[in-house]
Amino acid sequence: MTTVGLLWVYLSASPLMWLSLTLLAYLGAAALHRRFGGHPLLNAALNPVLIAVTGLIGVLVLTETPYRTYFDGAQFVHFLLGPATVALAVPLIENLERVRRALVPMAAALVAGSLTGIVSAVGLGALFGGGAETLASLAPKSVTTPIAMAVSERLGGLASLTAALVIATGILGAVIAVPLLDRLGLVDLRARGFAIGTAAHGVGTARAFQIDPVAGTFSGVAMALNGLLTALLAPLLASWLL
Amino acid sequence: MLAAFTTLLLCQLAGELMVRLSGLPVPGPVLGMVLLALGLAWRRQIPPALRTTSGTLLAYLPLLFVPAGTGILEHLARVRAEFFPLALTVLGSTALTLVVTAWVFQAVARRSR
Repeated sequence: MTTVGLLWVYLSASPLMWLSLTLLAYLGAAALHRRFGGHPLLNAALNPVLIAVTGLIGVLVLTETPYRTYFDGAQFVHFLLGPATVALAVPLIENLERVRRALVPMAAALVAGSLTGIVSAVGLGALFGGGAETLASLAPKSVTTPIAMAVSERLGGLASLTAALVIATGILGAVIAVPLLDRLGLVDLRARGFAIGTAAHGVGTARAFQIDPVAGTFSGVAMALNGLLTALLAPLLASWLL
Repeated sequence: MLAAFTTLLLCQLAGELMVRLSGLPVPGPVLGMVLLALGLAWRRQIPPALRTTSGTLLAYLPLLFVPAGTGILEHLARVRAEFFPLALTVLGSTALTLVVTAWVFQAVARRSR
């Protein structure tokens, strides 16, 4: 085997390389976003998560590297999601008064958003000809992956399909949120944050924090509450809808 | 910073334990977040180191989702079969949820002013 070939055999199995590549992909994506994100549409489209993920998937596909191998390296970044979620408590307490005063709109928006999330996913899925298994997989797509997969299985869906839908929802939601809400004149930062957290869970919350810490705070709250509510609501609605 | 990071990890650990014991349908870290919030509310102040460490972690939140996001690769085969119906459904449903949630929030907030 050539030297390059041998080097690749070593590198491609090395967690260090995939970890480094993950960081590089993100840094590159963030730089692109900074450089070309002046125009509002480009600002939305050049979402760092979207760009980095696309780039990495490209590399993995081209090199025929299994995801497992990639994740062996990337898991050191992924693991930080745990403490980062806990860290959401800090902006929550910093904004406690603001959150407390918004309890009524939050409750109303949560119920409306949670229901819309479930019903629209199943409804549109049915409209486009999805079968029962697909519809069950679609129902919990607005909430964070572990909850969504558990709910999906409970409803008779495919957990792995749900995982893909959740990721797509998160990234798509993060990308379209600002242009869409701008277009409709929905500018209240708390409302925006809460909407993004409800519709696009964690990836949405990451986007919300980029917009504004208040938006980020409300997004984190929405994400957690919608997770809970969907876990409770989806099985109830399922008997109706599915 | 190390003490602050350890605090976050311990809260996460406590959260995971409680979820395991109680069977609640929430991820452990979310319960850990609740525990930390309760602790901070109780102390009535946020230690500066915790504020800095949390701020840094949250500033990099987009990066933290990249590994999981790349995971869509594993499921592409399943999605490929029904790609366009699913894509349209995800787009429509996500957009609708965004709009409805934001609109209801603003409408109710305006009403209760």
